Amino acid sequence: MNPYLAPGLILVLLLTVAIGAYGLRFARTTSDFLVASRSVSPSWNAAAISGEYLSAASFLGVAGLVLRYGVDVLWYPVGFAAGYLALLLFVAAPLRRSGAFTLPDFCQVRLRSTALRRLATAFVLFIGCLYLLPQLQGAGLTFATLTGGSYAWGALVVAVVVTANVAFGGMRAITFVQAFQYWLKLTALAVPMIFLILQWQADGRPQVTPPAGTVFPAATTVVVEQDAVLDGTRSVEAGETLRFAAGDRVPQVSTVDAEFGADWLLPDGKQSLFATYSLILATFLGTMGLPHVLVRFYTNPDGASARRTTLVVLAMVGLFYLLPTLYGVLGRIYTPQLLMTGSSDAVVLLLPEAALGDGHLGRLLGALVTAGALAAFLSTSSGLLTSVAGVIFTDVLRPGRNGSIRDFRVATLLAAAVPTLLALYVSDMDVSRVVGLAFAVAASSFCPLLVLGIWWRGLTDVGAIAGLVAGGGAAMAAVLLTVLGPPLTGWSAEVINQPAAWTVPLAFLVMVGVSLFSGRRVPPDVGATMLRLHAPESLRG
Amino acid sequence: MAVEEPPPRPRVRVVLADAAARRAAADHGSADLAEQTPVGEALVKGLVRAQLALALRLALVVAAGLGTLPLLFAVAPAVGEVKLFGMNLPWVLLGLLSFPFLVLVGAAYVRWAERNEQDFAALIRRPEK
Repeated sequence: MNPYLAPGLILVLLLTVAIGAYGLRFARTTSDFLVASRSVSPSWNAAAISGEYLSAASFLGVAGLVLRYGVDVLWYPVGFAAGYLALLLFVAAPLRRSGAFTLPDFCQVRLRSTALRRLATAFVLFIGCLYLLPQLQGAGLTFATLTGGSYAWGALVVAVVVTANVAFGGMRAITFVQAFQYWLKLTALAVPMIFLILQWQADGRPQVTPPAGTVFPAATTVVVEQDAVLDGTRSVEAGETLRFAAGDRVPQVSTVDAEFGADWLLPDGKQSLFATYSLILATFLGTMGLPHVLVRFYTNPDGASARRTTLVVLAMVGLFYLLPTLYGVLGRIYTPQLLMTGSSDAVVLLLPEAALGDGHLGRLLGALVTAGALAAFLSTSSGLLTSVAGVIFTDVLRPGRNGSIRDFRVATLLAAAVPTLLALYVSDMDVSRVVGLAFAVAASSFCPLLVLGIWWRGLTDVGAIAGLVAGGGAAMAAVLLTVLGPPLTGWSAEVINQPAAWTVPLAFLVMVGVSLFSGRRVPPDVGATMLRLHAPESLRG
Repeated sequence: MAVEEPPPRPRVRVVLADAAARRAAADHGSADLAEQTPVGEALVKGLVRAQLALALRLALVVAAGLGTLPLLFAVAPAVGEVKLFGMNLPWVLLGLLSFPFLVLVGAAYVRWAERNEQDFAALIRRPEK
């Protein structure tokens, strides 16, 4: 095992706890805990938002997908970044000016409906859990892959560190922690990439897709995990060890879904046009509906700074997403055995040692990348936990004005318990797929609610509820069917596995239609609310 | 935090929600806004419309710039074979150029949205012009 690995991981954990403890010195009141007293500067805030957003799916998953499927999946990073542009254009400044703390608060400010507030709470909890679960799973799998330890311990350690940090430091501390973790994640991908590119140059720039097919760069042994057929001719059994010499062609494995040939370079569409557009819609519009993303905007001092913060976030996130693609591409040259085992998510973790050799440099950079992955798990799950706990605190425990910090800690424990238990018992669910589904649910529930609530006076509480139930409910049902149901094939599989292309328009249509029919229920103070959402703060006198 | 007791002067309280630095509405524009007169309503509607039009226009730029790419790749597969700096065009467009493009659109939005707000504020402060 890599000797630098354990010290690196422990250092990240200690730094996270230490920065959290440092932040604790400033967290005194409940309001400090929930929104950091709205006094976080835009640059800190932007780094914190980016740090929170770049999850395991971004850090490990994107590179793994690129390694497997090539150019077709570049829509993931593009969509993850473009989500912030949609948020900037339609939501950022008015949402901050609404003065609400959480999404359910926004429902109350805009439509004065308790029923809608409860429904929104349910959606926040569902999306929060759906997003938290794969983070913990990813942490468990990474620990298991790298240390040979058990999956459950990895998931549990991350869950405990995150819960303690949120419960004792709240969001104020989390802001510092998240900002630190953005820079750590960027460094952890950027520095090894410099050495990897130099190595690639030194190796005489090997082709990414040699005409004869992908080849092994060095002698490699691959242990077969499932019975399969190689190249459609030779069958192998689970447990069999295959040996390949340097320069051998990588055989096509029947059990692994990936692009083995030069098609990888071209947008040929194993993925249909429907699935591509569904993915684009889910990622472009889903970001604004993720509860942990929105809660960050309340920490800006005013609407204009919320806008500037979002722009900086867009730049920071875009800068980050240049890197995972490169890892996927170089993985094609240096770690093609991952195509055979199907564990392509490990490409970021394994590439430095595979390309640079297992000398000190390769191992040191390998440890750095792993530390970055740990930061990705920690930051996203901290952010999610803070926002879910915030909603449990205000809407489920309902302590009213006398809410104490102790109540917030109870809420944090409650919020962490369910996903942790689920993560311990469910280990075989497809990680990157669940993240995509969380985006689809958010895009079909909160996106229409926010966009129509902010820009259209005619929205009514009945319309909003109907739209949430129709669009969000349909997306939720599709998620449950995908995760728990039987494997689907053909046309129905596409419609259920990538639901956004029909659930998002459905939510918008139902929301607008029902609102038009219940026009008398438009809140009487909608004019004042609109003024508050859109007028610059300088006019508030 | 969202619902408060009805204060004695509700119309002023709603607008001046951040009660810390409250001052009396000194001029026509602010008074129109605060008291929800037809003039005030029309001013706010104008602002909302201007901001929405700006956001939609830029969203359309992105939809045209990025959203049509899957269709283009499907209709004209030859585009995928075009090489730029030794890389296939779709890789350059999606993996590299899409991010600065998004940031540029965002920067343009921030600039113009703030200008809309300044125009609105100027209109309120000097309504006679």
